[in-house]
Amino acid sequence: MYDLILFLILLVLGYVFGQIAEKRHFRSIIQREAELRDVLCFTERNVPEMGRIDSALVCGSVVISIDFFKKFVAGLRNLVGGRVSAYESLLERARREAVLRMKAEAKARGAKSVWNVRLETSSITKDASQGVAAVEVIAFGTAVTPR
Amino acid sequence: MIITNIETVPGKTIVKHLGMVSGNTVRSKHAGRDIMAGLKNIFGGELKGYTELLTESREEAVARMVKQAEAIGANAVVNVRFSTSSVAAGAAELFAYGTALVVE
Repeated sequence: MYDLILFLILLVLGYVFGQIAEKRHFRSIIQREAELRDVLCFTERNVPEMGRIDSALVCGSVVISIDFFKKFVAGLRNLVGGRVSAYESLLERARREAVLRMKAEAKARGAKSVWNVRLETSSITKDASQGVAAVEVIAFGTAVTPR
Repeated sequence: MIITNIETVPGKTIVKHLGMVSGNTVRSKHAGRDIMAGLKNIFGGELKGYTELLTESREEAVARMVKQAEAIGANAVVNVRFSTSSVAAGAAELFAYGTALVVE
């Protein structure tokens, strides 16, 4: 009985705080994306001819935890199959955040564009009892600064 | 030392290829951080301690790669790739590798 009550409390806490955190994070992402719009990102490998330039590696990384509610919903979803939107929004947040941090580093260097952007994602831990269930994303690319 | 993740260094010519260089690091945070991260698993949100860990390890791995490149006389590393894996709970490995070059 107490187990069930504890479980429900965790579920409610996870839902309330998780939703607040997610909304706040998305607002912050949208605002910073607008600020960093002048730094262009390309997945193209070859940098076109643009005169004298300096190039340097820039990276951005982020680790985001899932909440108790998302984990529960994803567990239910596993039974019936289909889109696990709880994890989709988590991964989207993590990727956009990593790209933003990479762009911020590029902007700090005075770069106008970032080429060959690559994203590296490591998986969400399946069994949280063995460790912390989280997703980590690294974004990296070559920042090009006109000299 | 110029580091890029494309095949060339824009605006410079490659004089010599010196082969692959790499650097890795395995790091973990103290138990307090792990407990905090465990709590965060209920509420969700960014794990700042782990983000810091990842950033530190990335810098360390790149520094080791650069050191190896300097030792063989390179002045640029191109085609840099990162790869991560979790070795144990709370410990992460970060591996950086690329091609060492002499450019002019």
